[in-house]
Amino acid sequence: MSSGTDLQRRPDGAALVIALILLLISLVIFWQTSTMRLPPLQARVGPQVFPYGIAAGLFLLSIGTAISAWRGKFPARTRDNYGPVAWVIAGLLGQILLVSWAGFALGSGVLVACTAKAFGRGPLWFTFLCGTVFALVIWFIFARGLQLSLPTGPLERLLP
Amino acid sequence: MDTFGLLANGLAAAMQWQNLIYAFIGVTLGTAVGVLPGIGPALTVALLLPVTYRLDPAGSLIMFAGIYYGGMYGGSTTSILLNTPGESASIVTALEGNKMARKGRGGPALATAAIGSFVAGLIATLALAFVAPWVVRIAIAFGPADYFALMVLAFITVSAAFGDSPLRGITALFIGLGLGVIGIDLQTGQARLSFGIPDLLDGIEVTTLAVALFAIGETLAIAATSANVKDEVIAVKGSIWMTLEDWKRSWPAWLRGGFIGFPIGAMPAGGAEIGTFFSYAAERRLTKHPEEFGEGAIEGVAGPEAANNASAAGTLVPLLTLGLPTSATAAIMLAGFQQFGLQPGPLLFTSNASLVWALIASLLVANFMLLVLNLPLIGLWVRLLTIPKPWLYSGILLFATLGTLGANGAMSGSLGPIRFSFELMMLLGFGILGYVLRRFGYPIAPVVIGLILGPLAEQQLRRALAISQGDPVVLVHSPLAIGLYIVAAAAVLVPLYLRLRGKGEVLRQLAADED
Repeated sequence: MSSGTDLQRRPDGAALVIALILLLISLVIFWQTSTMRLPPLQARVGPQVFPYGIAAGLFLLSIGTAISAWRGKFPARTRDNYGPVAWVIAGLLGQILLVSWAGFALGSGVLVACTAKAFGRGPLWFTFLCGTVFALVIWFIFARGLQLSLPTGPLERLLP
Repeated sequence: MDTFGLLANGLAAAMQWQNLIYAFIGVTLGTAVGVLPGIGPALTVALLLPVTYRLDPAGSLIMFAGIYYGGMYGGSTTSILLNTPGESASIVTALEGNKMARKGRGGPALATAAIGSFVAGLIATLALAFVAPWVVRIAIAFGPADYFALMVLAFITVSAAFGDSPLRGITALFIGLGLGVIGIDLQTGQARLSFGIPDLLDGIEVTTLAVALFAIGETLAIAATSANVKDEVIAVKGSIWMTLEDWKRSWPAWLRGGFIGFPIGAMPAGGAEIGTFFSYAAERRLTKHPEEFGEGAIEGVAGPEAANNASAAGTLVPLLTLGLPTSATAAIMLAGFQQFGLQPGPLLFTSNASLVWALIASLLVANFMLLVLNLPLIGLWVRLLTIPKPWLYSGILLFATLGTLGANGAMSGSLGPIRFSFELMMLLGFGILGYVLRRFGYPIAPVVIGLILGPLAEQQLRRALAISQGDPVVLVHSPLAIGLYIVAAAAVLVPLYLRLRGKGEVLRQLAADED
């Protein structure tokens, strides 16, 4: 990108959304901080000063981001494929919802299968199987060997 | 006791067999993650924190330092053989190193990088040993206002000097500062920004944020672009040994790189990449073979690689003496110290002198180990690059979630009858944040540094204002604080200027070299 005159570049819509999100975060911090109930005997510089400062900073940064987005000053982005991104997120969500009752191995099997799918490796049943077996080994090493508390499910209970 | 005595004691401690094992595990892991694309030292240390919770503090910290050093060694391999710098500190290495590899001189390029890292690592570790006590002596006199000024300086340098836009750097920093406010305020016991969610009362875990931003965010970013990028690993052909000519051209570059890198790492002047840019520019100007630059000049690999290792040791100066992290890895290491109930700063040098000196001395040991691990075993490390992406990234995600569950796996959330881990949910949320930040060119490190350093800065600010009974003049009362604020202002303006120049040069190089 040239850092000089790129006036021909159009406003960057996605970056404008970022400016809006920053603005919203700033307002939420302002609002949340203003509703704090302070104890009567309070040092002059209490727990509100820092959050207010951060909110003010974010407010200014959202304006700066908006200007930068309007001028199209954000770095050029490649075209992203959202399919693989969705697969990875689905895998993580699947694991989150599974581990508490199905155990670490089965939950992680889903995660591995979805991630491998995102990177173009299949079929799902095969990667799921590999992931589950691998995660079971990992579970055994960390939960039994290193005493890390990891969620247990039917498969883990089969292990001694 | 003088520095030599302390260092000798530290060396004796570092040579104990269990510490040697920790150092060895650290450097091995560090080299591996440095070589592997997608994971770096910061992520690795963050993942290991929950596992090391019950281990010996000194050993764990020695391991973390080994990972940091090893990552710097391993990063050069990816740059040279793959032309995809694993971290910003090896962008410059890729310029000349990849050209050398294409000409069948990959072996000497890797060798000069490894030996250069070793030489510069030794210089920088000795410099660390001698500078640190001196900084400690000054730092003892710091008041809360001075500390606050120092942290403002660190905030400015890490956010405005990282990446290519001060606006985006400072935005990333403020996101981190905002996350740092969440939880119970330690001085008044008030809950802040916790939205009535009990899991948020303890604040956001630094490790969760770091693992999410680095592991999940990176995986998402790679997944989104993997179809467009074709990686080509260049096989190491010919002799890996450097010729006499290579040695002659390399050693002055190593020394210069070491002396450029260390102060830049220590200052804190931002990321290690600044030092590599300076070193590259210096080598270009001083070389007797200007025609080779851009075509695979060995000085262009030797200097920057030495510089980035030296600045890694340099970052330990502010971390150990002032408790001030200036890189993402240093921020996670600070979290590691806190996990063991240690607060880096001038007092650490008196209260835990043996631990500090063992840690510093272990860097010397780690350097020797890395040289041995890297030169003869280079072929083994290169093979890591052939791990297929689907397995590599599912493995990274598996370990990321394992670490998070191990550190804080309470199933405190619920969706209907299904209980889930709130911490894993946050991991996913911050992971998506990391992806968005990457996509829009925001730097990641300032977010992590903002989260860990923000609460410390607030504590110092409030302490300073409590002493002065709310009079803000106290903040600019001491000459030291004023000086630090001036440096902070300069830190915004000067790197911007240098960066435009340095970066312009590098970009021109890249444009000219495209084949």
